[in-house]
Amino acid sequence: MNRYPLWKNLLILAVMIFGFLYAIPNLYGEVPVVQISALRGASLGEAEKTRIEQVLKGANLGFLALEQESDRITLRFADTELQLKAQDQLIEALGEDYVVALNLVPATPKWMEDLNAAPMYLGLDLRGGVHFLMQVDMDAAVAQAEERYVSDLRSLLRDDKIRYLSISRASGGVEAKFRSTEDRAAAQERISREFPALLLNDSEADGAYYLVASLSDKEVLDAKNLALQQNVLTLRNRINELGVAEPVIQRQGSDRIVVQLPGVQDPARAKEILGATATLEFRMVDANGDLTAALAGKTPIGSRLYRERNGNPVLLERRIIVTGDQIIDAASGLDQQSGSPAVYVTLDSKGARQMLQTTKENIGKPMAVVFIENKSHTRMVDGAPVKETKTVEEVINVATIRDQFSKRFQITGLDSPTEARNLALLLRAGALAAPIEIIEERTVGPSLGAQNIERGFNSTLIGFAAIVLFMSFYYRVFGVIASVSLFSNLVLLVAILSMLQATLTLPGIAGIALTIGMAIDANVLIFERVREELRLGNSPQAAIHAGYERAWGTILDSNVTTLIAGFSLFLLGSGPVRGFAVVLCIGILTSMFSAVMISRSLVNLVYGGRKLSRLAI
Amino acid sequence: MEFFHIRKDIPFMKYARSTTVVSAILFIAAVAALATRGLNLSIEFTGGIVVEVRYAQAANLQQIRSVLEEGDYRDVTVQNYGTAQDVLIRLRLQQDKSSAQVSQEVLELLKRQDSSVELLRVEFVGPQVGQELYDSGGLALLLVCAGIMLYLAMRFEWRFAVAGIIANLHDVVIILGFFSFFQWEFTLAVLAGVLAVLGYSVNESVVIFDRIREIFRKKRKMPVPETIDHALTVTMSRTVITHTMTELVVLSMLFFGGEVLFYFALALTIGIVFGIYSSMLVASPIAMWLGVSRENLLPVKKEGAEADATP
Repeated sequence: MNRYPLWKNLLILAVMIFGFLYAIPNLYGEVPVVQISALRGASLGEAEKTRIEQVLKGANLGFLALEQESDRITLRFADTELQLKAQDQLIEALGEDYVVALNLVPATPKWMEDLNAAPMYLGLDLRGGVHFLMQVDMDAAVAQAEERYVSDLRSLLRDDKIRYLSISRASGGVEAKFRSTEDRAAAQERISREFPALLLNDSEADGAYYLVASLSDKEVLDAKNLALQQNVLTLRNRINELGVAEPVIQRQGSDRIVVQLPGVQDPARAKEILGATATLEFRMVDANGDLTAALAGKTPIGSRLYRERNGNPVLLERRIIVTGDQIIDAASGLDQQSGSPAVYVTLDSKGARQMLQTTKENIGKPMAVVFIENKSHTRMVDGAPVKETKTVEEVINVATIRDQFSKRFQITGLDSPTEARNLALLLRAGALAAPIEIIEERTVGPSLGAQNIERGFNSTLIGFAAIVLFMSFYYRVFGVIASVSLFSNLVLLVAILSMLQATLTLPGIAGIALTIGMAIDANVLIFERVREELRLGNSPQAAIHAGYERAWGTILDSNVTTLIAGFSLFLLGSGPVRGFAVVLCIGILTSMFSAVMISRSLVNLVYGGRKLSRLAI
Repeated sequence: MEFFHIRKDIPFMKYARSTTVVSAILFIAAVAALATRGLNLSIEFTGGIVVEVRYAQAANLQQIRSVLEEGDYRDVTVQNYGTAQDVLIRLRLQQDKSSAQVSQEVLELLKRQDSSVELLRVEFVGPQVGQELYDSGGLALLLVCAGIMLYLAMRFEWRFAVAGIIANLHDVVIILGFFSFFQWEFTLAVLAGVLAVLGYSVNESVVIFDRIREIFRKKRKMPVPETIDHALTVTMSRTVITHTMTELVVLSMLFFGGEVLFYFALALTIGIVFGIYSSMLVASPIAMWLGVSRENLLPVKKEGAEADATP
């Protein structure tokens, strides 16, 4: 008795081999690499590869391997010093069209990688880096949707020659003011045909007739979702420009975005790039408008008063020719004629069409470039946080249209090459759909990260060693078996976490340590049962059998309750608590397998199938 | 080798009344501490800014304080963190500055005074995030309790579920009481620890309940208190050994895990100690007083509907 059938032993063996295979990548450590990726338009082929090799050869910087994927080249280096030097050389040689980023990649052998065996991903608390939680201003997203309707409705009514007094945003939607009910009826009919999603309400006051168009709930939700998605996309683009390897940009909940930048040690620079929300608008200068009257507060209809950087007022038409989101590329450089800093802009086809039409009709007239930047910050008012968003709008350039142009053109009038570079970067990366605010920020230095790993690892190791010592001493052969199965539990746990590509954080390590302590419980339950059975005078083989059988129900019951706790933690927790919960839950499952199946199979191998007079327990 | 070879059952239930009084006193003291002193919540819950820095030599805390005060940062806590070189600075959210600026400025102020200062960690949490964490933490606690009660009621009986959950909450409240009384910092990790104790301590109760049920079924004539005494006695060696093991690991975390794991391990340490006590001397007597009997443990359904583990 007490023998497992062959298939059961084989199954256990297979599970263990699998466990070792997927756990081992964690032991290999990481190698420093330099990753080169191409920005929009630039190519990354054989020619670039040879160039990179030549650059490094010229600088006498040896690399271990060069791997080329479709969109990036990865160079492995022996140490971080070589890596840093290589980065400097490559940035200089390759120029602005390429992103040269530092990273650490697992040193796992190729054949293991092919089996998808990879180490766990280390959380920022273990590797250092910056973490941001950002809140998207949803009111602004809705306001923007309404703004769009304002201009849509204006052009719709203008095109259909329906007369209106004004169209503007009001509380609850877009408010159109008419002189007569006929005009309003015509507009109502036209609008409901063109934009069926808008809810229309009419009212009258002071001899004027109003029509209020409001967004349906679904449309409001869509606007919010769209804003969030576009913000995620924009942030991703901007972070790519920062040259961070393996960033995490995720949406969290209905209005938040998590950004994690491993290895970044300069949060100020990161914030500058992430938080900047800038866009451009091209408008015609209203040459006929009365500037003095506008300054006195009587702006002509269809125009708006702006200021240039030096403070000079300028009247611009309300109609926008092209907005920033129609810009598909922007690069900084110097204006060939004047030598002053310039940004070269490329428009999408729709923008190009609009630009062509406008410039064709307006040769000899001035056109302005308006730079719009949203800055937001939180102020404390009476103990409660109040968010303020300030929009800076300034005219950066007014130039006479000399010739018609469409897809490509340049903007001049910038103060410095740095400003030109920043503007180009912002334009390339696109504008945020709605302002964001950083509501949580964590920076962990690399030395603290390394220290956290070391301490977490050491405490787990010491705890494990203490258990092995005690168990082997107290339960002798059975204690050794329990230790082996406990070790396999650890291996399986790490293997599963690695397979799931879970992020290992410090609380996760704590979870592993705690699981070790709790996992031994099942074996203690079993062994105590075996001892009891022996005391009752049962034969050793019968005692082993009864011990495992009877303890099983208890093990199941007690572990399920812990699983309930772990699962609730996972559902409701965030960040570190969640990391801990994942480890706890998986650890309980693996420990049930190892403490019952593996330890039983070992006991069977040692004692099974022969006559015993006594047990070493 | 055996530590526990107890031949005669220990009459735990005879002392049940006095141990319950002890528990009640501890429980009330913990609640009183929570009510009067509250918890020393970390910035994860309250919102605020924490900057952790390291100096090349032992840091002069007084100097750091005065430098920050010159920079118009009042209401700042500056303390050593682990070693004499490591310093933890806590700041409130500022009236007119964005949190990002604050951490930047603080570092610059410190650098001016001693350029050897190295930034280890900056943490900023906005007030709304903290409130959410606070709420979801409370919700998690409720959900865990509800889930455990439901499971116990299903697997055992409502009396065990009630007894188990009371014992459990007893542990949790006492841990919180400790944190409140000593004003130890209550972080997110500590919350995780407390919730882990919930699972862990009920685990304990389940093992004992399981035995009680088994003995009820096996020894049909034994009176209820003796049954419980017997179950506690035979499971005692397992209880002590398992807890010793877990405690070994947790203590290793406490001593070698560094500051970040310290309070987490501390919560677990207290939780484990009270977990043993409460499952033996709180849960079992309560179940007894609630009227647990052989009848309400044996399935009323037909025999064999629930496969009986004991032959």
